[in-house]
Amino acid sequence: MSAATSKGKVRAGDAPLVKWTLIIVALAFMLVALVLPLASVFVEAFAKGWQVYLASIRDPDALSAIRLTLLASGIALTMNLLFGLAAAWAISRFSFRGKNLLISLIDLPLAVSPVVAGLIFVLLFGLHGWFGPWLDDHSVRILFAVPGIVLATIFVTFPFVARELIPFMQAQGTEEEEAALVLGASPWRMFFSITLPNIRWSLLYGVILCSARAMGEFGAVSVVSGHIRGETNTLPLHVEILYNEYNFAAAFAVASLLSLVAVVTLAVKKIIEDKTGIRGEKA
Amino acid sequence: MSIEVRNITKRFGAFTAVDDVSLQVGGGELLALLGPSGSGKTTLLRMIAGLEFPDSGSILLNQEDATKHDAARRRVGFVFQHYALFRHMTIFENVAFGLRVRPRNLRLSKNDIRDKVMQLLALVQLEKHEKHFPNQLSGGQRQRIALARALAVEPTLLLLDEPFGALDAKVRKELRRWLRRLHDEIHIASVFVTHDQEEALEVADRVAVMNQGKLEQIGTPQEVYDNPANAFVYNFLGNVNLFHGRVDRGRVRISTMDSESQEASPALDRSTLGYARPYEINISRESGGAATVHARLVHIYGVGPKVKLELQDIETEAMIEAEIERTQFVELELKQGDEVYVSPSNLRRFVEDYSI
Repeated sequence: MSAATSKGKVRAGDAPLVKWTLIIVALAFMLVALVLPLASVFVEAFAKGWQVYLASIRDPDALSAIRLTLLASGIALTMNLLFGLAAAWAISRFSFRGKNLLISLIDLPLAVSPVVAGLIFVLLFGLHGWFGPWLDDHSVRILFAVPGIVLATIFVTFPFVARELIPFMQAQGTEEEEAALVLGASPWRMFFSITLPNIRWSLLYGVILCSARAMGEFGAVSVVSGHIRGETNTLPLHVEILYNEYNFAAAFAVASLLSLVAVVTLAVKKIIEDKTGIRGEKA
Repeated sequence: MSIEVRNITKRFGAFTAVDDVSLQVGGGELLALLGPSGSGKTTLLRMIAGLEFPDSGSILLNQEDATKHDAARRRVGFVFQHYALFRHMTIFENVAFGLRVRPRNLRLSKNDIRDKVMQLLALVQLEKHEKHFPNQLSGGQRQRIALARALAVEPTLLLLDEPFGALDAKVRKELRRWLRRLHDEIHIASVFVTHDQEEALEVADRVAVMNQGKLEQIGTPQEVYDNPANAFVYNFLGNVNLFHGRVDRGRVRISTMDSESQEASPALDRSTLGYARPYEINISRESGGAATVHARLVHIYGVGPKVKLELQDIETEAMIEAEIERTQFVELELKQGDEVYVSPSNLRRFVEDYSI
């Protein structure tokens, strides 16, 4: 209780007029900027009926895009899960040279525009890039092929798992793990019986954010993909192509899939937050 | 059933946490590692447990060199300051953990584990809580579960890191007496870390006093209290009054008190310090000759059976704390602002002075 409220004085922000004005402005803005666009995606998707919607999704190119998106985000997720765990473990458990540098570098992909991220890979693996000629000699294709898309996806989703785990594991400390070791547990047993159960919600939270971003990534993937239909098109790229061809119904149908992923992600995220108090007061 | 630490040194970067410490703990003995924070006592305990490894020196557990053994191999029971209970497991599973992680050929049967856990829960008087989770228990209960969990693996040594540090004063007192009784029952070599001198002196068989990574003194509570090895130990074990003075050609002059020096070498003029506990301060209305200090009574703390007095040396303006019986306080009819004469009944001097 602050002194002001306990004395019964009304603070400037508490006046009903100010309060309701702010609430209405915020809600109206959200309606126009977020809810309407999301709703319009679904309205447009079904504008020409169920038949067209289903046909657009069952189209071989669309199915191929779905497969590629799932593959790329699956691989990216696995890699980032392993990296995130390793990095969080190293940062929260050990002190070593370059630790602060590592913590800052983890955030790099968030700071860099995805297009730049894509260009980095062109610079590295393109025909005129650093490793391009060598890769070409050995007929390894990275750019304009699946490996490039996977790499770009890994790059942009790099921070998500690690960033969730690091503060959580730092706050949690190592006492429980040490207790397990003293009681005779092997390091593996300790990890699976103590560490993993303790970080599971945090980990899942990171995984959800990571997979949502991986599936929706456009910029970086667009640069390295080459837009080959049925081969190197992910869902977001497929949406763009359909849209550019004025095939609006199909574009929105495919876009509705991505929107659905977003809505499900938000729901799961909310459930985890309620369950564990991540981002809120600790339960 | 013994611990022997030989010349252990541990550094963290430029900081020396434990500096060439050697000590022994016999079977069935309860040793307190006492010291201020940063004195290295917890680091020493963690090295005995195998949670840290010394830079030099060796650790023998039951006469066997265990310096390089990892924690799992040492078979010690360790109780953490903040309990470190497994928060996602029930109380039963917490206590059973050490039994469940044993290699298959050494593992007890399911029923035997159940019996053993229930037996331990009975020992710490928490059988009813087997299905609860740690966050449903009070601090004192959690610490008892942590102890039961440590005892489940039948350790030959028990190590406790500030076991009562996070508890409130009343629970702390109850629990440390309970620990003493429990230790007398199970009788295994135990070491506990504390910064609370009262706790160390009350519970332990022997007390090891540490300061800045070094072992200052080790002995029974009586020994360290009555014959402190140096000014640090004396100062750490209770409240003290400090008297500045000088030694000169066989005479000691502290404050306005004058006495013979017991030192062998008749040192030439140099400064010295005398120490006396508050209850070793005598107060009288009349001057008693050379060995008294003229002081003014600044403050009276009158709650309880003893009366605490805050006095100020009129000559040097140094503060003196005294503790006298209530009857004497009434007899002297003391009031704030009174001028009295103070003399320590037992003034200690340490040859190796250190500054407070």
